[in-house]
Amino acid sequence: MGTETEYGIIAPGLPSANPTLLSSQVVNAYAATLRQGLGNLAGTRWDYTDETPLTDARGFRMDRASAHPSQLTDEPAELDAEQIALERGGSAEVAVLMNLVLNNGARLYVDHAHPEYSSPEVTNPLDAVLWDRAGDHVAVAAMDRIASTPGFSPVILYKNNTDSKSVSYGSHENYLVPRSVPFSHLAEALIPFFVSRQVICGAGRVGRGPLNQEPGFQISQRADFFENEIGLETTVRRPIINTRDEPHAVAEKYRRLHVIIGDANLNEVSTYLKTGTTALVLALIEQSLAPVPVLEDPVGALRTISHDSSLRATVRLADGRSMTGLDLQDLYCEAVLRALPADADDQTRDVVERWQNLLTTLRRDPADASRQVDWIAKLKVLEAYRARDQLDWTDPRLALVDLQYADLRPDKGIYSRLARRGEAELLVDAAAVASAAVEPPQDTRAYFRGRCIARYPAEVVGASWDSLIFELAGERRLQRVQTREPLRGTAALTAELFDRAADAEDFLAMLLSGPERRVAP
Amino acid sequence: MATQDRSTTSAASSAAAEDDVTEPAVAAPAAQDSAQTQGVDDLLDEIDGVLESNAEEFVRGFVQKGGQ
Repeated sequence: MGTETEYGIIAPGLPSANPTLLSSQVVNAYAATLRQGLGNLAGTRWDYTDETPLTDARGFRMDRASAHPSQLTDEPAELDAEQIALERGGSAEVAVLMNLVLNNGARLYVDHAHPEYSSPEVTNPLDAVLWDRAGDHVAVAAMDRIASTPGFSPVILYKNNTDSKSVSYGSHENYLVPRSVPFSHLAEALIPFFVSRQVICGAGRVGRGPLNQEPGFQISQRADFFENEIGLETTVRRPIINTRDEPHAVAEKYRRLHVIIGDANLNEVSTYLKTGTTALVLALIEQSLAPVPVLEDPVGALRTISHDSSLRATVRLADGRSMTGLDLQDLYCEAVLRALPADADDQTRDVVERWQNLLTTLRRDPADASRQVDWIAKLKVLEAYRARDQLDWTDPRLALVDLQYADLRPDKGIYSRLARRGEAELLVDAAAVASAAVEPPQDTRAYFRGRCIARYPAEVVGASWDSLIFELAGERRLQRVQTREPLRGTAALTAELFDRAADAEDFLAMLLSGPERRVAP
Repeated sequence: MATQDRSTTSAASSAAAEDDVTEPAVAAPAAQDSAQTQGVDDLLDEIDGVLESNAEEFVRGFVQKGGQ
């Protein structure tokens, strides 16, 4: 699995700055910190060869001409070079990077108008938390670098999903699912799960409606921006289930479930349960053991649940029953418990136990879960302000608390402040996060990617989720190594190769003399 | 292993942490309430100190272009 975060971005000193330009500053600032610490680092071109954003998991392909321009994610972002030169005061000497592949196997790049960090592939939710937080660490390093560079106006990054005016940007999750599971089975069981999942991991939002038409609080940042049940789009007419069929792996064996409905979480327990419970429900679906509480109106139910922080609002099922978001989550949690094998690993048991305990706490009094759940922590601060200063929901200070909760500057961010006061439960320590920003996970192909980038920065000229491109000095031909098996290229399979190889040439020679040429071990 | 340890203590530790902020042992309900109020006041004071100064203008200035 893995997570993607599109960060909100502003430069308060440059109110009309081009957001694509600001985003490229983030990528380039982080590259500069790497160059400083690790010697020369070339920007890594993204290898788009295997990207197919218009292939639909339901078995057809969208016509390029009818796609919204933002759906064409297999084309690099373009930035007008003259514009950059102008904004930099006339000097465009340094090449502007729009994409970096990091030593930890992640991708940091400009995604339209936002900087995006896509985490390396991991095998479990605790690692998902660690490498997701590593992205925030990278974001903070980039902000610091920009702030300390003469001539640059400080940039602030926010880990949120809306500007509460009309715009939303995503925080996606990806799960590797066997191709043999029919997509319709995934969709029918996941829709009610995703509609209700926000109660355990929503990030909270001040304002209601996509245009913020109505004052008030709601559980989810994203709920009001979804209009469809199933579809290919991610930027317009957003669907609860995204059908983009771009596995970045052996397509005959796997699909990549691209989840676009989640909120970006600051709270580590929220990220842990968001990814952990979803992985467990996917395992249920694979075994045909998942409940399917068909909702009469899933898009409406998503909003109804999000707009009720008391968690008592009910939504109608197709069979006429009414259930709350907690009732729906209980159904899934109970089914997971029933199916839990006797030899389940410790982390799986931990996720299930926390999920169960959290649902019990939320039923008793949601306020008791403020250390584990972003929307509750945010609401607690908002309610305290409302009580102390008699503010109503239209007061801009409440909107500012909402925004500043997600401010990634450690001194300014309200989540950071809460965490430092012990009012947010932490699962990973700061040293581990710093290390995850430069070290890949050991047990996926991200290890191979990250080590190649770290070890052979001059020779690796391109990379993607499922390939690395080498260019050896004195050779005209590029060598493309495929990494289409997400669970290969691990430390166990390739660490020795990295140790033995004297240089990139030697490394490639050993790799290409292996049993499967051009494929990572 | 570590995750297992966390799971068994998570519910208890969150309760314990809140108790740490308030009074130990047998604080009367009224005393607990006032200690909690104190904690909230203290938190708001801290946040007051870091909130951007012109809330209305700052929030208005946070305009994003669309994303995924």
